[in-house]
Amino acid sequence: MATTVSMTVNGKAVKGDVEARTLLVQFLREHLGLTGTHVGCDTSQCGACVVHVDGNSVKSCTLLAVQAEGAQVTTIEGLANGNELHPMQAAFREHHGLQCGFCTPGMVMSAVDLAKKVKNPSEQQIRHWLEGNICRCTGYHNIVKAIKAGATAMQGGQS
Amino acid sequence: MSGDGIGAAVRRKEDARFLRGRGNYTDDINRPGQLYAYILRSPHAHADLGAIDTSKAKRAPGVVAVFTGADLAADNVGGLPCGWLIKNKDGSPMVEPPHPVLAQGRVRHVGDPVAVVIAESRNQAKDAAEQISVSYKELPAITDAAEAIKPGKPQLFEAAKNNLCYDWHIGEKDAVDAALKKAAHVTRIDIVNNRLVPNAMEPRSAIGEYDRGTGEYTLYTTSQNPHVIRLLMGAFVLHLPEHKLKVVAPDVGGGFGSKIYHYAEEAFVTWASAKVGKPVKWTAERSESFISDAQGRDHVTHAELALDKDGKFLALKVSTVANMGGYLSTFAPAIPTYLYATLLAGTYTTPAVYCEVKAVFTNTVPVDAYRGAGRPEATYVVERIVETAAREMKIDPAELRRRNYVPKNAYPYQTPVALQYDSGDYFTTLDMALKAADYAGFEKRRQEAAKHGKLRGIGLASYIEACGIAPSAVAGALGARAGLYETAEVRVHPTGSITMYTGTHSHGQGHETTFAQLISDRLGVPIEQIEVVHGDTSKIPFGMGTYGSRSLAVGGSALVKAMDKIVNKGKKIAAHLLEAAEADIEFKDGKFTVAGTDRSKAFGEIAFAAYVPHNYPIETVEPGLDETAFYDPKNFTFPSGTHVAEVEIDRDTGAVHVVGFAAADDFGRIINPLIVEGQVHGGLAQGIGQALCENTVYNDDGQLVTGSYMDYCMPRADNLPSFSVATNVTLCTHNPLGVKGCGEAGAIGAPAAIMNAVVNALAPLGVKDLAMPATPERVWRAIHGGQRQAAD
Repeated sequence: MATTVSMTVNGKAVKGDVEARTLLVQFLREHLGLTGTHVGCDTSQCGACVVHVDGNSVKSCTLLAVQAEGAQVTTIEGLANGNELHPMQAAFREHHGLQCGFCTPGMVMSAVDLAKKVKNPSEQQIRHWLEGNICRCTGYHNIVKAIKAGATAMQGGQS
Repeated sequence: MSGDGIGAAVRRKEDARFLRGRGNYTDDINRPGQLYAYILRSPHAHADLGAIDTSKAKRAPGVVAVFTGADLAADNVGGLPCGWLIKNKDGSPMVEPPHPVLAQGRVRHVGDPVAVVIAESRNQAKDAAEQISVSYKELPAITDAAEAIKPGKPQLFEAAKNNLCYDWHIGEKDAVDAALKKAAHVTRIDIVNNRLVPNAMEPRSAIGEYDRGTGEYTLYTTSQNPHVIRLLMGAFVLHLPEHKLKVVAPDVGGGFGSKIYHYAEEAFVTWASAKVGKPVKWTAERSESFISDAQGRDHVTHAELALDKDGKFLALKVSTVANMGGYLSTFAPAIPTYLYATLLAGTYTTPAVYCEVKAVFTNTVPVDAYRGAGRPEATYVVERIVETAAREMKIDPAELRRRNYVPKNAYPYQTPVALQYDSGDYFTTLDMALKAADYAGFEKRRQEAAKHGKLRGIGLASYIEACGIAPSAVAGALGARAGLYETAEVRVHPTGSITMYTGTHSHGQGHETTFAQLISDRLGVPIEQIEVVHGDTSKIPFGMGTYGSRSLAVGGSALVKAMDKIVNKGKKIAAHLLEAAEADIEFKDGKFTVAGTDRSKAFGEIAFAAYVPHNYPIETVEPGLDETAFYDPKNFTFPSGTHVAEVEIDRDTGAVHVVGFAAADDFGRIINPLIVEGQVHGGLAQGIGQALCENTVYNDDGQLVTGSYMDYCMPRADNLPSFSVATNVTLCTHNPLGVKGCGEAGAIGAPAAIMNAVVNALAPLGVKDLAMPATPERVWRAIHGGQRQAAD
């Protein structure tokens, strides 16, 4: 009962045969080998699986692969410009916004979406935005700092 | 020099892959022909196992095999071993019941593994598991440790009467009782240290693989200590020789203790890979982590502190019941004993301390070390009772602590509970924290808050911890069944770049950067030319892994020893090349120089000569530049500090907001301040989480009520403030780097600081105590009950 699904992931047209119940995150990880997107829970709480679908941050564990038919999907692997880190990635490194790295792809993808939607977000706005992303390592202190800096850098026209 | 040495806030090397989604976590690994395991777990907390019918599941699509405990028993697979033996007060050994890989005859907690389906896909394995029929005869369950030791309660093991695992004690009971009798004031508290679920963001995962050609097994696993897993699994469970067993712990997404232990799934996938002839992968779903990862804390404690009329501590008496869960996890017995009771002197000169601990089996997930492991529990007892005493005796809490701190000139300081503190300065960290928190200005802020109808409180906690566990001989005498040294190999390549192999394991701590900084500092090699390798038993000589803030204190010391050997050998080679006496060769800034001259050889030239020994002292010096060192610590290290929390409570909702948190810590020498601050932040979040929102709740039937992120409250960004963190340095006196460790401090100090602040805020209403977590409901009830009491 496989269904063929096709979409654009990180600028490349892809397709695959999936079960109807296959989640977008499973399609990315298991069919496309894009293991940068992580699975940290089974209740859509932790946000380790956040990717962009048609420009919006989405928990890829909450979307069936078939629902992304025809969509433009960007994962953490598609964020950097070649060797040059995206300004948000660079800010996470500069401000030590990651430790074990497991929540990081979802955090960065979520942060990029925030920075696109809210210019110069305040600490409070950042903390509120991150309610869908859980980190167990950093206490969020440096993530908040990184997102502030990353958002400012993105304003510099590098988004 | 490169500027990337000791003390530099070097940006982490490992971030390059993590930020691009190029990490390599266990579930990211796929082996050719790999099959998937799904574990059927007990839905009951306590039941006798009857027949298990797997016939339908075996015929389900894609299913390759279904195994139960009977299959493992038939193959002589052993139980999961316990790594620490505790003795009772009378010297007899603790009760150590079997801990089967798959349940044998009985299940003892919800989540106890009963059967495993191996299939071509995850979904096929999961679907087939629904076709397994298990006959359970349900038994009454017991989950509360303090209840479980009372007579007439459900019994988990025949050998453990009244569910008692051990009844242990430490200290001088008579001296403590005498002091309590004649004390001017005695403060008494009853407290519960709530059970926590560690919740590393990466769920556990394991892949077993068997090579028919070589007879070698490989286990990829989410572990903090792959060599220990190899040792325990090889020697006790699967009876495999270590040279045929390789354990790889690649990138690991957080541990906090929960990935120290040898788990059933690791043994199972390794065993099964040979049975089915293909690699077998298992990855936990989060709800499975909640019922299969070892949990933390869960103490019930009564404590009494004797003070003289000036507030000088005379004696501390503590009685604790510690929940072990349904089986003994790998290091469980050590946590409420040698990592807990030995810390009850805290930072104080209390001359007499006595503690007794009863460890108890219950129908809950096993409990073991979780970030801090015993030391947060000890700090919580000491700092809650000290703060309560201060309130009762109307002495400022900071002043009461000052009166009792170990004086600056008293080191080495022998406590009455076995430990000898080598260095510290609790006065300075207290002052730093008070200043950062503007302790002096609190009263004004309290009054300002009151104008807006808010209750504001401030609370302190001065903690001490024992890190870098060992010496091995001491740990062995106390019941450890393993050594606790560490290894390092420094392999200098012919062109002068370096690969360093460490037996510690990084799962967020940034070892690849910190260890590279140590090497760069000593050998003058840029950190870009240094690779730090961990987590692979086939590459690394040996290792005990990472927990108890030991990596830098023990692993870093091994690295220093290995680099000493490199430098010494380099001097011999340089002496030959420079035609000078070895004693005249100095090594500094990456150069071997003849003292008092400008004649020198760069480190890279020496490395090249070692591997291309054309002009070389070949008669006396072996070619090559590759040295290994083992380091056994001489004592524990003793990080310490003071944390100050300030909270504001909404009277109408009971919601507690952390409006300020200042931590001042002494970790000894700091190698990378950026990483150290990050470690403190993370620990604080876990400590504040325990105090304000995290709680593990079982109902009376033993069902885990808080079994997902919907019900178990993980601290999120909007629950936490930004932190003020600072460090004071007193050097560790017995390791070559002077380092103490920083990984656990936040989780140790924060719970007591927060709860002291909450109780401080509520005290005007007559509230004397509150149990963690201080949820809005509990606080609201306390506010309303407290007001009534105050009015009575």
